[in-house]
Amino acid sequence: MASTPKFRPSFLLAFRTAALAVALSGGAAAMPAVAAELKIGLSSEVTTLDPHFFNSGPNIAFHHHLYDSLVDVDAEGKLIPALAESWKAIDDTTWEFKLRRGVKFHDGSEMTADDVLFSLDRPAQITASPGPFTSYTKPIVAKQAVDRYTVRLKTASAYGPLPLDLISIFIVSKKAAAKATQEQFNSGAAAIGTGPFKLVSFRKGESIEIARNDAYWGAKPEWDKVQFKVLASDAPRLAALLAGDVDLIEAVPPADLAKLKGNPKIGLAQHTTWRTIFWQLDQFRDVSPFVTDKAGKPLAKNPLKDVRVRQAISKAINRQALVERTLEGLAQPASNLNSPGIFGYNAELKVEAYDPQGAKKLLADAGYPDGFGLTLHGPNNRYINDEQVVQTVAQFLNRVGIQAKVETQPLSVYFGKARASDYSMAMLGWGSLASDFTLRSIVGTPNPDTGWGTWNWGKYSNPAVDKLVQQALGSVDVARREDFARQAVKAAMSDYAVIPSHHQIATWALRKGLNYKGRIDEFTYAYEVHSVR
Amino acid sequence: MPLFILRRILQSFNVLFVMSLLVFAGVYAIGNPLDLLVDPNATADDMARAAASLGLDQPLWVQYGRFLANAMRGDLGNSFIHGVPALGLIVERLPATLELAVVAMLIAVLLGIPLGLWAGLKPDSWTGRAIMAGSILGFSLPTFWVGLMLIMVFAVQLGWLPASGRGSTADVLGVSISLLTADGWRHLLLPAANLALFKLSLIIRLTRSGTREALLQDYVKFARAKGLSNARVVGVHVLKNILIPIVTVVGLEFGSLIAFSVVTESIFAWPGMGKLLLDSITQLDRPVVVAYLLLVVTLYVLINLVVDLLYAALDPRVRLAGARA
Repeated sequence: MASTPKFRPSFLLAFRTAALAVALSGGAAAMPAVAAELKIGLSSEVTTLDPHFFNSGPNIAFHHHLYDSLVDVDAEGKLIPALAESWKAIDDTTWEFKLRRGVKFHDGSEMTADDVLFSLDRPAQITASPGPFTSYTKPIVAKQAVDRYTVRLKTASAYGPLPLDLISIFIVSKKAAAKATQEQFNSGAAAIGTGPFKLVSFRKGESIEIARNDAYWGAKPEWDKVQFKVLASDAPRLAALLAGDVDLIEAVPPADLAKLKGNPKIGLAQHTTWRTIFWQLDQFRDVSPFVTDKAGKPLAKNPLKDVRVRQAISKAINRQALVERTLEGLAQPASNLNSPGIFGYNAELKVEAYDPQGAKKLLADAGYPDGFGLTLHGPNNRYINDEQVVQTVAQFLNRVGIQAKVETQPLSVYFGKARASDYSMAMLGWGSLASDFTLRSIVGTPNPDTGWGTWNWGKYSNPAVDKLVQQALGSVDVARREDFARQAVKAAMSDYAVIPSHHQIATWALRKGLNYKGRIDEFTYAYEVHSVR
Repeated sequence: MPLFILRRILQSFNVLFVMSLLVFAGVYAIGNPLDLLVDPNATADDMARAAASLGLDQPLWVQYGRFLANAMRGDLGNSFIHGVPALGLIVERLPATLELAVVAMLIAVLLGIPLGLWAGLKPDSWTGRAIMAGSILGFSLPTFWVGLMLIMVFAVQLGWLPASGRGSTADVLGVSISLLTADGWRHLLLPAANLALFKLSLIIRLTRSGTREALLQDYVKFARAKGLSNARVVGVHVLKNILIPIVTVVGLEFGSLIAFSVVTESIFAWPGMGKLLLDSITQLDRPVVVAYLLLVVTLYVLINLVVDLLYAALDPRVRLAGARA
């Protein structure tokens, strides 16, 4: 690094500032000499500006800049008021939300209960969505605008997580969005929200420009203008930061972290995320497809149905070594299915101690003194160092006598097969802001009618766990709900329903002089980036 | 001549049909896009509704039948994840890809032919040898590595050029083109150079071997005997005769530049069609993949047609089949 780029006061900056001045003409009288501008390198594409069309992480993260929801979460995943100043359950099946008064949409009109009801209805009316938002609006069976600033929502049965569901439903202007097409959202004509920024331009797959909303109801962002660039590949994203093309990047490639730490011009921000990696075990078949004897012949009995074998697998994994070496410090060992601080996290549960002798003994007790053969499956382009993690765990299992083989696939192939329960032991990562939600999807008894266990590949089923999860979801009292959720986590974990491995840590890299605290949901919010004074 | 063109077009419909069938079945076999796209918290009921609204609940042959029926009307379907017409999505990216391909090809041709001629005329000089050695490097270095090196040197170390992305554009008849702004050129130079390197080496080698062969021909000796200047011998007689294989290769390579510059486009985050194809495959966005490949086939058919017509112009001996009929 003999000579790194100096400040380049190109005509480019002047050009952009001029363009901004035009865009804001008639706006603030006292324009600063040089507009404060932030450039962010995104790791995935924002596919639409319609906040109700496609539910994906990158979309939701960006939409937060243009739109607000009734309820939001802070950087640690705790609920905070947004467009709703307060909310409470009036009875077991009725929630009342008091709206913030005087909030203006980007077109100057006031946000009222009408817009809220419209926005809650809209996800169900969207057709041809590959990832609809209806899972969040479905619990609501009736909606009512009590007055201009009060909304009441009815659920069919007592349902505690409703406010949490509503963090994902953005409020759009009824006037602008009624009958609007995707194209009208993407051109900006219908992309009218109440958020801290207004849309300037959207070049799909390339860049998005937004400008500060000076009429914003909350803390106004520091940046006059923000540009997001889509830099999906790792190396170019990093190069753009090093070259000064962008000020901040998300999803820093793990392999380059060590090098970045020594760079005096770059700072790092890290945060433990909600994404917890765990192993699902086949617990419904008597003969499991990837369990064999040591000669490779199928085993007549499925050892994974025996809780002692599941415990042995858990004890065989040295989680500390896994996160320090294989994951290069970008994870922390897990004892729960959710990260510490997430609603319902049970702090009583301790990370399983590495105990190969104990694992061998448990295997012998279960009738497998010589172990058995097992193929581990995982993705190879989804989680931090995922392929290496699968290999490392296979080595740990080999040490206690389980002859483990490894097979990894790209996500597009892997998820389909895993969801069809084709595997015997398979890796999954899950991010959620409530542990009762996680348990419902991951260890709840699969049932298409209730929608439980949709990602329970191993088809674990335990009526006691189901009941506790049901009690948590059915409690509108927050303390009661969290208590049930904690009990449910404990019941599922002590039965080794799945084997938790680690919580991922996300990394952002930014130029010196900027500060970002990071977020548990891995999102990158321009309005939470500050310059250091 | 019109009959020749007509026959070509009819043939290409067969190719398009077979291609659409193969791609459709191929993407179907990889997996169900909804497993990737639908929010994990969705219930089976939500999944079923999403599948029905995208037509994914039908058996493959019904889905293909619907696709064909719509394609006949010029509708290649909506992208699953963008919710807008797939063809529109691709055409939106066409200008970015075209300008990159055109500039890269220009670099390759404008540098490649003179360098190749020089190397062919003076094969034993040190300059000739240096050109050949350079072309071997151009052939053998992997594109992604060269791309990263260009970024490291010119963007990160020297800070002369931006590391990635497309610069500001100017609108011409509704098409946004970055070739008209200085910022656009600054962004274009590195990816175009990266993309041109391989083609440049190819053209140098083709030109050199053609030149060496042509120099031994009787008509060159005759031209020299007539006392023509060296410039005229090389510039007219040699060059015109070696152009035929070069035109063929340039045509085909131009097609591949447009359709499959995936590596360069992703390294430089160039918002072109290649990157769209890659993203669409990983997200199983089948309508975009199918529309893309159909468009590419059409493009190749057209380029081949142009190449054939150019032959006839360059070489009077070439008669287009069907021209007699």
